[in-house]
Amino acid sequence: MSRTASYRPLPGVPDEMVAPDGKVRPLWRRMVAHLDALSEDGLSHNLSRADRYLLDSGVFYRQYGGGESVERPWPLSHLPVLLADDEWKEIGLALRQRADLLEAVMADLYGPNELVASGRLPAALVAGNPEWLRPMVGVRPRNGHFLHFLAFELGRGPDGEWWVLADRTQAPSGAGYALENRVATTRAFSELYADENVNRLAGFFRDFRDALQAQAGDKDSRIAILSPGPMNETYFEHAYIARYLGFALLEGDDLCVANNRLMVRTVQGMRPVDVLWRRLDGHYADPLELNPASRIGTPGMVAALRAGSVTMVNSLGSGVLETRALMAFLPQLAPELVRAPLAMPNIATWWCGNPAAREAVRASPRRMVLADALTTRLPFDPKDDPTRAVGLPADVLDRRLAQGGGNLVAQEAVTLSTTPALVDGKLVPRPMALRVYLARTADGWAVMPGGFARIGTGADVSAIAMQEGGAAADVWVVSKASVPAITMARQAGVADKRLVPGGLPARAADNLFWLGRYAERAEGIVRLMRAYHTRLAESDKAGAQLLAGFDPLFRQIGIDAREPIPQRLLDNLSAAIRSASSVRDRFSPDAWSALHDIDRTARALAPKVAPGDDAARTLSALLRKLAGISGLVHENMYRFIDWRFLTIGRLHERAMGTAALLAVLCDPGAPEGALELAIEVGDSVLTHRRRFSFSVSRATVIDLLGLDPLNPRALRHQIDGLREQVDMLPAANDQGALSPLAREVLRLHAKLATTDPDTLTTETLWQVRGRIAMLSDLLTTSYFH
Amino acid sequence: MLYRLRLSIRYDFARPTGAGRQLLRISPADLPGMQEVQQASITVTPPPAERSGFIDFFGNEVTQLVLPAGLTQIRFDMAGRVLRLPGESELDLSAPLDRLEQDLDDITDLGPHSPHHFLRASPRVALLAEIADFARAACGSASTVREAVECLGIALHSHMRFDARATEVDTPIAQAFAGRRGVCQDFTQIMISGLRNLGIPAAYVSGFLRTVPPPGKPRLEGADAMHAWVRAWTGAEAGWTEYDPTNTCFVAANHVTIGYGRDYGDVAPVTGSMRLAGSQSGSHSVDIVAED
Repeated sequence: MSRTASYRPLPGVPDEMVAPDGKVRPLWRRMVAHLDALSEDGLSHNLSRADRYLLDSGVFYRQYGGGESVERPWPLSHLPVLLADDEWKEIGLALRQRADLLEAVMADLYGPNELVASGRLPAALVAGNPEWLRPMVGVRPRNGHFLHFLAFELGRGPDGEWWVLADRTQAPSGAGYALENRVATTRAFSELYADENVNRLAGFFRDFRDALQAQAGDKDSRIAILSPGPMNETYFEHAYIARYLGFALLEGDDLCVANNRLMVRTVQGMRPVDVLWRRLDGHYADPLELNPASRIGTPGMVAALRAGSVTMVNSLGSGVLETRALMAFLPQLAPELVRAPLAMPNIATWWCGNPAAREAVRASPRRMVLADALTTRLPFDPKDDPTRAVGLPADVLDRRLAQGGGNLVAQEAVTLSTTPALVDGKLVPRPMALRVYLARTADGWAVMPGGFARIGTGADVSAIAMQEGGAAADVWVVSKASVPAITMARQAGVADKRLVPGGLPARAADNLFWLGRYAERAEGIVRLMRAYHTRLAESDKAGAQLLAGFDPLFRQIGIDAREPIPQRLLDNLSAAIRSASSVRDRFSPDAWSALHDIDRTARALAPKVAPGDDAARTLSALLRKLAGISGLVHENMYRFIDWRFLTIGRLHERAMGTAALLAVLCDPGAPEGALELAIEVGDSVLTHRRRFSFSVSRATVIDLLGLDPLNPRALRHQIDGLREQVDMLPAANDQGALSPLAREVLRLHAKLATTDPDTLTTETLWQVRGRIAMLSDLLTTSYFH
Repeated sequence: MLYRLRLSIRYDFARPTGAGRQLLRISPADLPGMQEVQQASITVTPPPAERSGFIDFFGNEVTQLVLPAGLTQIRFDMAGRVLRLPGESELDLSAPLDRLEQDLDDITDLGPHSPHHFLRASPRVALLAEIADFARAACGSASTVREAVECLGIALHSHMRFDARATEVDTPIAQAFAGRRGVCQDFTQIMISGLRNLGIPAAYVSGFLRTVPPPGKPRLEGADAMHAWVRAWTGAEAGWTEYDPTNTCFVAANHVTIGYGRDYGDVAPVTGSMRLAGSQSGSHSVDIVAED
């Protein structure tokens, strides 16, 4: 039997692929033919292309639980959900109406408050609502609109009609994941995708980007995405969208408010921000006027909004529209606020502060989901609401309604449609909810032609069963006629506002600098350990003395020689990943994967490797991987100022390491063989042989690894590099007047350029190393504050 | 009663600060029929980099400051003259307790003085079960809202001892209530929690208390510092009534109001954010003299 022929929808539940008569819907016929034509191996090979893509591009989300958070690979359900474009048009019309309705409610709640005054909304739902941000009341958005980017959670009921399950108005996530789902899914179904007329997603993002750029004022101002930071569960997406749209990715601490204008602290000084797409909840945005406990906000943000100097996507306080009890009132408000009844119903909702609503809820207790009236959670998210209860016995329900009906909301427990999913190679029906995105553009609300489908884990089709652990699928909106290919290139007629490449946020610069340092330090440790274990493998009496000669170096960097892969190395890799994770919008995805790959390998091998030859070989393998990262970064990264800080970090760390290496191993008191060791750790064996034949002396080693400007591993070479890079930093060289940092680098350069192996004594080397260390402080005070 | 007010708040920093933003809520409020501000001014030393003002949601006057970096000390001085009109009559026009909910339902206003803002928990006032039990026990015999306010105030005063060293500005009310000690802020926030638990809207009032008592009267508790008390909504007819749980009295001409909020956080005299490297210490002094 073919793969699809064994597929059976659940009885009484509408299925996306198979009609009630048991026949495959026309829309799915090509998909079915495609699936049936594939062999077992062919299919699994195709699916693995998608998995490979997600792994390679580092798509992840962060999951919290048990007191810790972990990055999880993206749970793609490979089979896309297919929807016909005429059905999609209906959905789009209905959601645009709903978006307008929400905008009108928002404008009232933060404006005249007539809905409450006239009794159409209960005062308690607003006044008692933590999402109603009082400091924002009376603040008109700069461009007149409160809402710019929305998402709606939809489900298809038993009659085949769509319902709105929830409105997402605060800071909807998932649009970036929808893009990644699309890329991954097209890898798995490339042949089919080429044949089907699947509507492209890029146009939606392009139009929204252009709309935001039209909001930005002068050409020096910028558009930024405000993220809570790398610990947020959807940080990957924040970085991804920032990169995709060419916006700056900022955190609250990057911003400050001066003269009521929002400014970003960059290494070039303060730069204004005109449009902020926030991905954090409103009350975190300003510790001064909103939540004082917020450590991710910007003091004065509300003042800047009050002054009308920045456009916020969406306005602070928009979370109030996610209040579940509000859904009880939207159907009545629609005819007045958007002059038509709701084109798509939301799930039947009752605010239990109202006697008639309590009656209705009592009438069918088993079909009710009870929750905190003010909850903003999705209906299938049971977290943090002790009030939540499903199908309570009538007497318990009565008691709870009598105790505090005003604090409760009841919703009908709805069921969803199913869509085919591939589970262990088999096609099975799984419940599905759809997330659809709308963005405000020059032509009004635009609907993303596609989206994000949540796929349930089991066969339970009740909406509330869609909890964590489910998967996400791409949504293909399929046209009968061919669809135009779309790129992110600007539409004709839209003014080209070039993104200013400067303006590197100070925090990002700091992270890039440290990323450079940690990566280089890791490499230094690996080289040293490899040399140690190579000698350990061929150790005799003289060798033992030499091995003891490593001790000062090990002490210097805090290594325990008994660990072949020292904890110190793993710590450095973690630190490098932490720095890189804060600058993912600026860091090559390939280098990011490579960094993770090394970290994984090192951690997996650390407990297994035996000292000596085994360790030496493992360390060689790690070294090759590390060199691969350097290659990815330095061969591929555009020479923006981003690269400069990364490079300065690398040069700085290598200079420090080389100075210490020479000070210890070229000391006149160093054991026999120390000079050869220095040459090896300094990766200059062949060069030494070519320049000095086989005669090794302190002078030749200091010359080659200390003073030779042409040796990329020499101390002198690092200082030359630092001088070149530092001179190009902002305000480093103001018509000949050097900054303190540039001056100090120049002095170091002069020192090395005018010294010789005899005067570069052990003591001088330690002094030079101390002065290099101080450069880090100078850099920090000049650029990272 | 005409008062001359002086308030001085000072912070010392062990190491020079980074730049910072501050909001001050230290000016007496102009309240038609209750108090009239004849003059008020705020001096900031050293001078701020930016200074502006706005009226917040609850109608309080806010001074907004941007302070330059490098401060080792900052002072905020407020000087003013306020005419405090005599208190309202002692007649109990408040709603019967069982009618309050209906009175509330009839209010559909969300303006700054709407009782609806003051019914639920707020950031610093949790609706704690132990305080709810305490409030129910204290108000068992009360039939009107005003009686309930007074019963709870008296009960709280005998439960708690005024102790300036027992609590800090951020001590949670659960801790102050369990320890049975605190200052006006604790008394006020615990009483607010009790009232809200009974379904009575209750707000936080920050202000001043005259420092020199009238001849023959004892000096009131908390008179050397800024003061706080409760504002309770007692029904559609009587509206708001103010009660001072630290001194077990309805508020009259001895109290001068700065502002209203859901709890201390909404009317804190100084709210700020500043990059600090070392420790800081603060002090404040208040002086109110009756002029007649």
